[in-house]
Amino acid sequence: MSALPAYASTGQRVWHYSFRTICGLIFFFLIFPILVILPLSFNAQDFFTFTREMLAFDPAGYSFKHYEDFFTNPDWQQAMRNSFAIAPVATILATAFGTLAAIGLSQAHVPYRSVIMAILISPMIVPLIISAAGMYFFYSRIGLQGTYVGVVLAHAALGTPFVIITVTATLVGFDRSLVRAAASLGANPVTTFFKVQMPLIIPGVVSGALFAFITSFDEVVVVLFLGSAGQKTLPWQMFTGLREQISPTILAVASLMVAISIVLLTVLEFLRRRSERLRGLSPS
Amino acid sequence: MKFRTLLLAGAASAMMTSGALAIDLTVVSWGGAYQDSQKNAYTDPYMKENPDVNFIWESASNEAVAKLRAMNEAGNLTWDLVDVVAADAIRLCDEGLAEEIDHDEVLAAAPDGTPASDDFGDLIISDCYIPQIVYSTTFGYRTDVDAWNGREPDDICDVFDLENFPGKRSLEKRPINNMEWALLCDGVAKEDVYDVLETDEGIDRALAKLGTIKDDTIWWSAGAETPQLLADSEVVIGSTYNGRLFSLIVEQDQPVKMLWDAQVFDLDGWIVPAGLPDDRKAAVMEFLKYATDTQRLADQAKYISYGPARASSAPLVGKHAELGIDMAPHMPTDPANATNTFLYNYEWWADYRDDLDAKFQAWLTQ
Amino acid sequence: MTIQTHADETNGTPEVLTTADGKPLKTSIARALRREKMRALLLIAPLLLFVIITFVAPIVDMLFRSVENQIVSTTLPRTVVELDSWDGTTGEAPGENVFNALHFDMTVAVERKNHTQLGTRLNYEESGISSMFRRTGRRVDDFGEIYADQFIDLNSAWEAPATWVSLMASPDWIAEQAAWVADRDAARANGTAFEQPEPAFAIREGVAEALPRTADIYQAFAEFIQTEDQDSPTEEEPWNAVYTGLHDDLLANPNAASAFSGETATLLSQAANAVSGFEKISLREAFIDADEDWGNPYYWGVIQTFSPSYTSGYFLAAADAELTPQGIQMKPEDEQIYLYLFWRTLLLSVTITFSCLLLGYPIAFLLAALPARSANLLMILVLLPFWTSLLVRTSAWKVLLQQQGVINDFLVWTGLVSDAGRLVMINNQTGTIIAMTHILLPFMILPLYSVMKTISPSYVRAAKSLGATDWTAFWRVYFPQTVPGIGAGAILVFILAIGYYITPELVGGTDGIFISNRIAYHISTSLNWGLAAALGVILLLAVMLLFYVYDKIVGIDNVKLG
Repeated sequence: MSALPAYASTGQRVWHYSFRTICGLIFFFLIFPILVILPLSFNAQDFFTFTREMLAFDPAGYSFKHYEDFFTNPDWQQAMRNSFAIAPVATILATAFGTLAAIGLSQAHVPYRSVIMAILISPMIVPLIISAAGMYFFYSRIGLQGTYVGVVLAHAALGTPFVIITVTATLVGFDRSLVRAAASLGANPVTTFFKVQMPLIIPGVVSGALFAFITSFDEVVVVLFLGSAGQKTLPWQMFTGLREQISPTILAVASLMVAISIVLLTVLEFLRRRSERLRGLSPS
Repeated sequence: MKFRTLLLAGAASAMMTSGALAIDLTVVSWGGAYQDSQKNAYTDPYMKENPDVNFIWESASNEAVAKLRAMNEAGNLTWDLVDVVAADAIRLCDEGLAEEIDHDEVLAAAPDGTPASDDFGDLIISDCYIPQIVYSTTFGYRTDVDAWNGREPDDICDVFDLENFPGKRSLEKRPINNMEWALLCDGVAKEDVYDVLETDEGIDRALAKLGTIKDDTIWWSAGAETPQLLADSEVVIGSTYNGRLFSLIVEQDQPVKMLWDAQVFDLDGWIVPAGLPDDRKAAVMEFLKYATDTQRLADQAKYISYGPARASSAPLVGKHAELGIDMAPHMPTDPANATNTFLYNYEWWADYRDDLDAKFQAWLTQ
Repeated sequence: MTIQTHADETNGTPEVLTTADGKPLKTSIARALRREKMRALLLIAPLLLFVIITFVAPIVDMLFRSVENQIVSTTLPRTVVELDSWDGTTGEAPGENVFNALHFDMTVAVERKNHTQLGTRLNYEESGISSMFRRTGRRVDDFGEIYADQFIDLNSAWEAPATWVSLMASPDWIAEQAAWVADRDAARANGTAFEQPEPAFAIREGVAEALPRTADIYQAFAEFIQTEDQDSPTEEEPWNAVYTGLHDDLLANPNAASAFSGETATLLSQAANAVSGFEKISLREAFIDADEDWGNPYYWGVIQTFSPSYTSGYFLAAADAELTPQGIQMKPEDEQIYLYLFWRTLLLSVTITFSCLLLGYPIAFLLAALPARSANLLMILVLLPFWTSLLVRTSAWKVLLQQQGVINDFLVWTGLVSDAGRLVMINNQTGTIIAMTHILLPFMILPLYSVMKTISPSYVRAAKSLGATDWTAFWRVYFPQTVPGIGAGAILVFILAIGYYITPELVGGTDGIFISNRIAYHISTSLNWGLAAALGVILLLAVMLLFYVYDKIVGIDNVKLG
């Protein structure tokens, strides 16, 4: 498929190019909606479509005013502050608990492993609306509804499965004899952990943390139910905006969030390659 | 003279509170142009005088009853002041979720000394309620619809007339108002509407009438949706609160006009959640006294076309704060707009809301 | 550890392996194993506890809420007891005894302001009950006024709270309460804070036997005054219902005064002689006058049916059925929505899964076939949407699909559609399907890709060399090997789709919404939390079943990210 051999028949040629066209269209479908908001966010008008000036690349058709609005509007600023007050704390909680548990789970003998795994992974599997509903009822009973702590705990719980999965994945290829070698050379278990295991699982921990961060940072359903005005996050503000009136500021925010995604994606890719190199796997 | 006393009182209260600790008050309202008018008229000037008080806004008034119930169950009250319509205020008061208010004690008297309870008069429909404005739910329509061939709707029943006025409509995703309009246009006399609606046949009749336009209707749940849909030409005619349409037509200069026919009057006002800690309650009451005095209520009308709930505020309503146009002709109560109005019976709705909601939502899904 | 062999010298039994410290190897290994298990569990424990408290407990709580129904028996405790012996099949509303109980229950409930909540609760089962409770609630205090007036006309002492206290309360409590009141008044006079709790009301011995109904309602009154109002019963005039209770008791037991002595006995015997001549009120008629539905046995049947503390009512409602006094029945056609909604959720999810497969398969195929370098590059196009916020993607689709949006503008510009005939692609099922296919597509591509990556190209080559056409080689040889990937991707997308909330809410209008949107509606708008919980439990079971299948096919451990 990769390259068309010289002996290909006309039919094969037609198929080859039409297949590539189809794939091109699907890629277009995947990426276009994300790209289209970037130019629209610079619209000088309050419209959601390309104005004549924009299509003519007239500089008058473009402006930073929606970005200005984002950075000056107290509602958006408060939402951004809240997002950055919630996501990192939730990430730290999720990463700390998740990493420990992943190491525990990767031991050779873990009683009730499958049951434990099912429980720990459940926050990722259960539909968000159900998690949100259950938490809303339960956190109401124990006085955590509408509090910062409640939202952070909920987000941390939602983020842990990702940490477990990424850290476990780095431990799968882990050669146990390295630990034994360290022990036989006189290292105690703690030293062994920090000198041998830690460097190998760090990429998994960091990518797990990134997943946990993005889970909290993007999460809207749970915070809608559990949060109060004091925990209004960026996605919440976007959701309200989308449901009520789409101010073009949303597109500016969306563009900024795409930029954040690109950064995260780059970091992850870098980590993946590093991890593979460290473990002696050939980069694919 | 009276004005000066007011200012002095304001300054004095500012001095009294300036020594206190800073306090955050969460105020819940409806978002959009309405919330902005409240910020402009009430909280912004209040914060200037009381730098220790900071306001956090949440636009969740449409879910106020649910959220207050959850907070009550949790014993964790995060709201300090909630803006609700009359029917919700009655419900909240009935359930003990809203604080009962002694209007004359909490609120400022009119400048001429009329006690607050007389100044608000009949609009105090519940012991827990402090009315702010009289608003109406009415229709706006686009003036540039080709398919209408120059016709413009002037009758509420034109909303149900797909032949002469084709295009998408937007209606609120709840039975209130829609059921009344449907019955009116199905030939029920104004005074019989609620009697008919009390029967199963009446409900079916109203839903059947709404059914004639169901396929062409977008259902909204936030007041800002219809203005947005009208501005984007996603709908050609839609119901919303008159003040939202005012900002769409006058401030944003969109090709939209008001259809005042059979507009439905309702009240909007404050309730204080029951069970606030003493310090927050004191701060809220302090603010309420300021925010509902004669001048403040009149000030709000500079930003949005809603009628102030105090009789003494009416003569003070003047011109729009930025555009400088007269606000009176845009008020729902203006005689030219109020030739045909519908009196909304909030007590009836407080009693029957649960019954009708269930049926309406089932109908909507099918 | 070094292992030595020891022969057991005394018994001559087979040798036991021991470690250097002389312990048998078996024990030693078992201990090491146990220690390892403990260490593993200790490492897992913090997270396990954390997840159980913050996540599993809420889900269990939701299960509980879906069957919980204590509100009827706690709000109307007396009525529920009396109603137990009522036979609903007679076609008659219950008798005076039930209405007498209801009068007390409603009086207390109205004072506590929870009768409207009960009305709302029962209205879920039978539309119309909410207004019944609300309307009656406003009138119920008036019912007993006629007796209160006649007692007070007879002797003005009945108006004084002190009369009632000396009649009903135990002497010890009266003394304690008097001390409390004195302390409170002193504190008030000094302007100091007063936090001391009131001594809990205690009834006088023998009153419950002599004046059972009066004792019952007066106790409720005293408790309410003490706990809700934080006032003293010695300073408050009793509710009208208390007078009603006294009237009924004296009528039933004219010699009640013999249980008392002194002034109260005189007062009581005076009243006992007079009550038979009092103007009477039928509470049954009073209730029916307040709302005629109280005379309808059907509504009473509903109250009786929902008296138990646990109910299957919410689950039945979630399946469009209802528990009626005649047993389980399907709801009338025009009120059936949940089965239909579940069905639509299922149908839309299948459609979305299928569209994802249709679009994802060629992409995964292409990525697996391309050399690593170009595949990695193209992979970014898949991963970028995956990492982009859900709300960003939903807003993008809103902008694209609107009637005045980018796509319609483009179509009008090209002349494919007229300006008046702009396509409606949002606020309906089309919008939901398009946006969700886009959002979930990466979840299809990634598992497909990882499976296709492992398929050796030599099979297809072999098939071709044996004379298979391109199509046959693909369909008979390649495709069957990708089925596990299809299964994994399809189940993953399907699981994610049936629980989706945000995107349908924003672009789905009324006919493109899912069961999740209904759950959210019941939580935040209709406040029917029990039904929301029941719907949630059903959805959860469906997801768990699917996940079980997923686990069998793919295994949880093999979930890969990015």
